[in-house]
Amino acid sequence: MESFLATCIVAATPLLFATVGELITEKAGLLNLGVEGMMLIGAVMGFMAGLHSESAVIALLAACGGGAGGALIFAILTVTLRANQVVTGLTLTIFGTGFASFVGQPMLGAMVAPKVGAFFAKKTLPLLGDIPFFGPVFFRQDVFVYLGYVVVVLAAVYLYKTKPGLNLRAVGENTSSADASGINVAFYKYAHILMGGALCGLGGAYLALVRVPIWQSDVVNGRGWIAVALVIFASWNPLKAFLGAILFGGLSILGLRLQAMGFSISQYLVDMIPYLATIIIVIISSHKKGKENQPPMDLGNSYFREER
Amino acid sequence: MNLLRIAKRDDISRKFEWVVRAAAILLSLVFAGLILMIFKLNPLEVFKTILIGSLGSEMRIHQTIIKAVPLIITSLGILVAFKMKFWNIGGEGQIMMGAFAASYVALFFPEMPKVLALPLMALAAVLVGGFWAFIPAAFKARMGTNETIFTLMMNYVAIKFVTYLQYQAWMDPAAKGFPKIAPFPEWALMPKLFGLHIGWIIAILCVIGVYFFMKYTKKGYEITVVGESVETARYAGMNINRVIVIAMVISGGLCGLAGMIQVSAVEKTLSVGISGGYGFTAIITAWLARLNAISVFFVCIVFAMLLQGGAYIQVNLNVPSAVANVVQGTILFFVLGSEFFLQYRVLPGSWWKKMKGEVA
Repeated sequence: MESFLATCIVAATPLLFATVGELITEKAGLLNLGVEGMMLIGAVMGFMAGLHSESAVIALLAACGGGAGGALIFAILTVTLRANQVVTGLTLTIFGTGFASFVGQPMLGAMVAPKVGAFFAKKTLPLLGDIPFFGPVFFRQDVFVYLGYVVVVLAAVYLYKTKPGLNLRAVGENTSSADASGINVAFYKYAHILMGGALCGLGGAYLALVRVPIWQSDVVNGRGWIAVALVIFASWNPLKAFLGAILFGGLSILGLRLQAMGFSISQYLVDMIPYLATIIIVIISSHKKGKENQPPMDLGNSYFREER
Repeated sequence: MNLLRIAKRDDISRKFEWVVRAAAILLSLVFAGLILMIFKLNPLEVFKTILIGSLGSEMRIHQTIIKAVPLIITSLGILVAFKMKFWNIGGEGQIMMGAFAASYVALFFPEMPKVLALPLMALAAVLVGGFWAFIPAAFKARMGTNETIFTLMMNYVAIKFVTYLQYQAWMDPAAKGFPKIAPFPEWALMPKLFGLHIGWIIAILCVIGVYFFMKYTKKGYEITVVGESVETARYAGMNINRVIVIAMVISGGLCGLAGMIQVSAVEKTLSVGISGGYGFTAIITAWLARLNAISVFFVCIVFAMLLQGGAYIQVNLNVPSAVANVVQGTILFFVLGSEFFLQYRVLPGSWWKKMKGEVA
């Protein structure tokens, strides 16, 4: 059981980064459906940088940069040029998919640089790792997973306990009021779209550098879309996103587990479970009508001051 | 104080519209060229090879048309849904399920004459593709469920389902362990006309059909009204739930038909690769065509050239065919950005006035 849960955490980590990234973007009132694309750009940039520099830190920075670069395209088009967010996000996904397989072509089948791989080897945290049950599940993981914990906590504190976090939520809930109260709306939107993109890039990099340490162009395989659904599932709360990511991480490895336990279910049908579960979650969340569970009011709307 | 002031345009001339669009496409090609140059490729050579690869010989022109057919039909399906602002990104899954239904007829029904078999396969494909779209549409209509994620997840479910068929349930024992489904019998294959399978005629008929449906029928008009404003539609007494469901079933049905053509005429059996990304590319083409059926036809031919040319450069220049995706994405980015300049004019802001004032 402990080992199963520990594997859940590993499977959850890429989802976690992407979900928190999309959540921050949506808090600014923007629905960026380019998560899948940004994850792929982050994955390929991180992998390439790791391969050439043999430095894990540079790989992570490149992944952030790649994700944020994709997000910048989205920001320019939707914030400055007020393009349709849905179509722009979809295009970013298509672009990112092409970009990753194009750039990654020469690296197909390449292994992660050994130094980078060693950096992401499992390390038991002192003290915490010895806690019964929780230790083996949460604190005998790799550095990247720990970074994920930090990101969740920071995101929650930032959104709910700081002034910029409050301003950000104001921008997403009611852009024109936020503008009237003197918040620099465009700056907030740009900054958080980029921040969200960087986190999505990290999520992709986890897949390429740790989860599947050989380059293949379909590493992300729909996880970006699951992250978009998880944001709804988590009702825009980073802590709930953490739970959601673990749940989904678990579902995605359930098939292998069941087969190992001797159930004779077709692997291909079990592979459907995370996607079916996402559908069920989207249906359930459309039923939740509580005040707490609603998306930011101005989500998806372009803002044009002169039209107030 | 601001550097630039932005004001809404109220009149746009046709000519201006075309100038802006042409400029956007030109800029996007320049930009795509820059990306290619970063990867040490000569953009002119790549573009030239794409042209040669897609139009250079009769065989290649045929290949381009074969790629254009499913793209046109799928784009028409996407168009109907997007016109309603229902973001159907489940085209891939609907193609897949349509292909599955047609394959079921071809593989498990007794032998029958072509005139019976092909319409039956097409009908099965339209119904099952339509059903695949009906599920998210029904939830959208009843509960307001987010259709973007729903339709997308349906893609993955369909892909896993067909994978299951190909690798397990329907695997051909005669294929010596290769995960393949048996080829279709002759009676389930599409006939050819002028050296090309008759899918191109179906595509043209679909273009005309969707054009008239959207422009001249009550249902088509209702779809447009719901897309522009749900409130207006409700005030006018339209049954919005019904409009949503009908539009989505048409949308999914068209995608399903594209799947049937792919299995019956191109691949000659069912496989996981059958949807070939058309469900996603169709989103770009439908949007570039401004959701107009006639424009869809022309945009799709250009995009089929990119696809076919992309496949050709992979062999010829040893450049991954994904270059075509990068170029497609770039084109749409620029066209999306250019819409802004059609709707708004950019004027010098108050900062410039102040500067002038200070000088004077």
